[in-house]
Amino acid sequence: MTQVLRLTQKQPVSPRITRFRFEHPEGRSLPVFSGGAHVMVTMRDGEVLRRNAYSLISDPQDSSGYEIAVQREDQGRGGSNFLHEKAQPGMMLQIGAPVNLFGLNLTARKHLMIAGGVGITPFLSQLHEVVRLHAPFELHLAIRSRNELPALAIPDAAQVHVSDEGSRMNLTEILSTQPLGTHLYVCGSARMIEGVLTEASALGWPKDALHSEEFLAPAPGVPFEVNCARSDKTLTVGAHQSLLEALEAAGIDTPWLCRGGACGQCETDILACDGEIEHHDHWLDPAEHCSKIMPCVSRFRGALLTIDR
Amino acid sequence: MTISVPDTVFASRPRHAPLQARPCASALMIADEAGSAALLSLAKLAPELMPRSTILICSGSDATAAIRDLQPARLVEIGARTELPAALRGLLAEARMGLQAYIAGAEDLIDQAVAVLQTAGLPPGAIQTERRGSPARRMQCVHCKAITEGVTSDPYCCPGCSRSLYVRDHFSRRLGAYQGVCVDAETPGIVPEAQEISQ
Ligand code: FES
Repeated sequence: MTQVLRLTQKQPVSPRITRFRFEHPEGRSLPVFSGGAHVMVTMRDGEVLRRNAYSLISDPQDSSGYEIAVQREDQGRGGSNFLHEKAQPGMMLQIGAPVNLFGLNLTARKHLMIAGGVGITPFLSQLHEVVRLHAPFELHLAIRSRNELPALAIPDAAQVHVSDEGSRMNLTEILSTQPLGTHLYVCGSARMIEGVLTEASALGWPKDALHSEEFLAPAPGVPFEVNCARSDKTLTVGAHQSLLEALEAAGIDTPWLCRGGACGQCETDILACDGEIEHHDHWLDPAEHCSKIMPCVSRFRGALLTIDR
Repeated sequence: MTISVPDTVFASRPRHAPLQARPCASALMIADEAGSAALLSLAKLAPELMPRSTILICSGSDATAAIRDLQPARLVEIGARTELPAALRGLLAEARMGLQAYIAGAEDLIDQAVAVLQTAGLPPGAIQTERRGSPARRMQCVHCKAITEGVTSDPYCCPGCSRSLYVRDHFSRRLGAYQGVCVDAETPGIVPEAQEISQ
C-alpha cells in the first residue's frame, strides 16, 4: 500500500541531516505504526524513479504525520541528494505504508540500544514506545564530532560518545554489565553492526537477544546482462541501477518490501549461472548462494545469468 | 503405547542435543548424578570454560568427586531436587547477560531448571540441555494446574484432582512442564492401562 503525501516541513538538524515531515493532503490521519518501522519513499527525479527506505522518527501513535531524518550521501545514488536539494515543502511524494523489520522485543527486561551516527533514527520512534511501556532502556550514540549531533528528540538519558573528543564507547563494558533478559539493538554502518554483534556473541549473548538494522543501498557496479526465463526477456542492468530496478523498468513484476537485502521478499531462483554472483544481502544462507539471488542489492559478473522471473 | 517424538518445526517437545561449548562471559552448569557425565565430557572438550563456571550438582554422590576435580570457579551441592529452584535463583541474582547455561540430567530436572532460568530472564538461546538418565517428566494438570514431578507412567493419576491424565508431548516453556489432559473425558471411566514412559 502506498499513499501520496505532502511534504509539509523540511528542517536541517545537523550539517548533513535534514528532518522531513509528511502529512495527508486533506489532513486525514495516517496508519499508526510500531517503533523501528520504516517507509519507502518514491521519488520521481526527472527520468529516474528512486526508491529509498527511511526509518520513521515520529511517535508511532501520532497519526497526524510521518517524520523521517535523512543524511545526505554524496557518494549515494541520488535519493538523499534529491530530498536535500530538490524536495520542497508543498511537494507531493509517494510514501509506502510503514513496515517494521526492527521492532522491539516486548519480552525483553531491558532494551540496550546502540546507534552510530544517523543510525539513531529507528530508535527515535522506539523510544516513544519504551517510555510508554515504562521499560528500562540504555541508549548509546556514537558520533565522530560534536556538530554531528542532530537536533532531534534524543533523550537526556542517552550516552553520547564523541570520538573526536576521545570519549569512545567501551563496548566490552557496556555488554558485560547488562541484567539478564536485556535485548540488544544496533543500527549504524555495516562495520559498526558487525563489530557490535561479533563482540556480543563472543561475550555469550545468544542470537535471540540480538537485533540489528542496516539499510543497504544497492551498491553500484559493472553493468551486466540477465536472462529472465519466465518473461522471456534479456535485460542490461546499468552501473547505477539495481537488478530489481532493471526488472521493474522492463515491466517484470518482482515482489519487494525493504529494497535493502533484509526482508527476503525479492528472493529469486537462479536457473543458470556462468560467472560470479556478488551477494550483498543479509538474507540468504551461504548454502543458498549458488541457487538464489536478492535482486534489490545483489549483482552479477560473468558470461551468463538466467533467473526465474 | 509409545510416545513418539515428532520431528517437525511444530514439535513442542524440547530437543536435547549433546552439550556444546559456546563462547561466554560466564557459565552455569546444572546436573544430577546421571547428568554429571555430560558435564565431564563438556569439560574435556572445553577445559577453558571451567574457571568461568559455576556448577550446581543435585543429589550427587560419587559423581561429585569427579566434578570437583574439574576445578570450576564455584561448586554448589544440593541434597534434594526440591532445593533446586531456590538454589538456582540465588545463583542468578547477580547474573549478567553473557551467561550461558548447560543443563544435563533427568527430563524433569531439565524442565524445572529451564523454567527457573527463563523466569530469571535468560533467553532460550543461552540455554542448552542434554538428557541423561530418567525420562521422568514434570507434568502440569491442565484442569487443576497441579504440578507433578517425576511422572514415569502414562496415564498418571493427578494428585491434585484425581483425574487420570494422558501424558501429552505438549510442553509449556513458560512453566517448564508437559501438559496432562483428562484421558477419559469422552469415555468416562474407560482408562487405558498405564504404560511406562520410554523417551
Ligand atoms: S526487497 Fe527485501 S530483501 Fe530484497
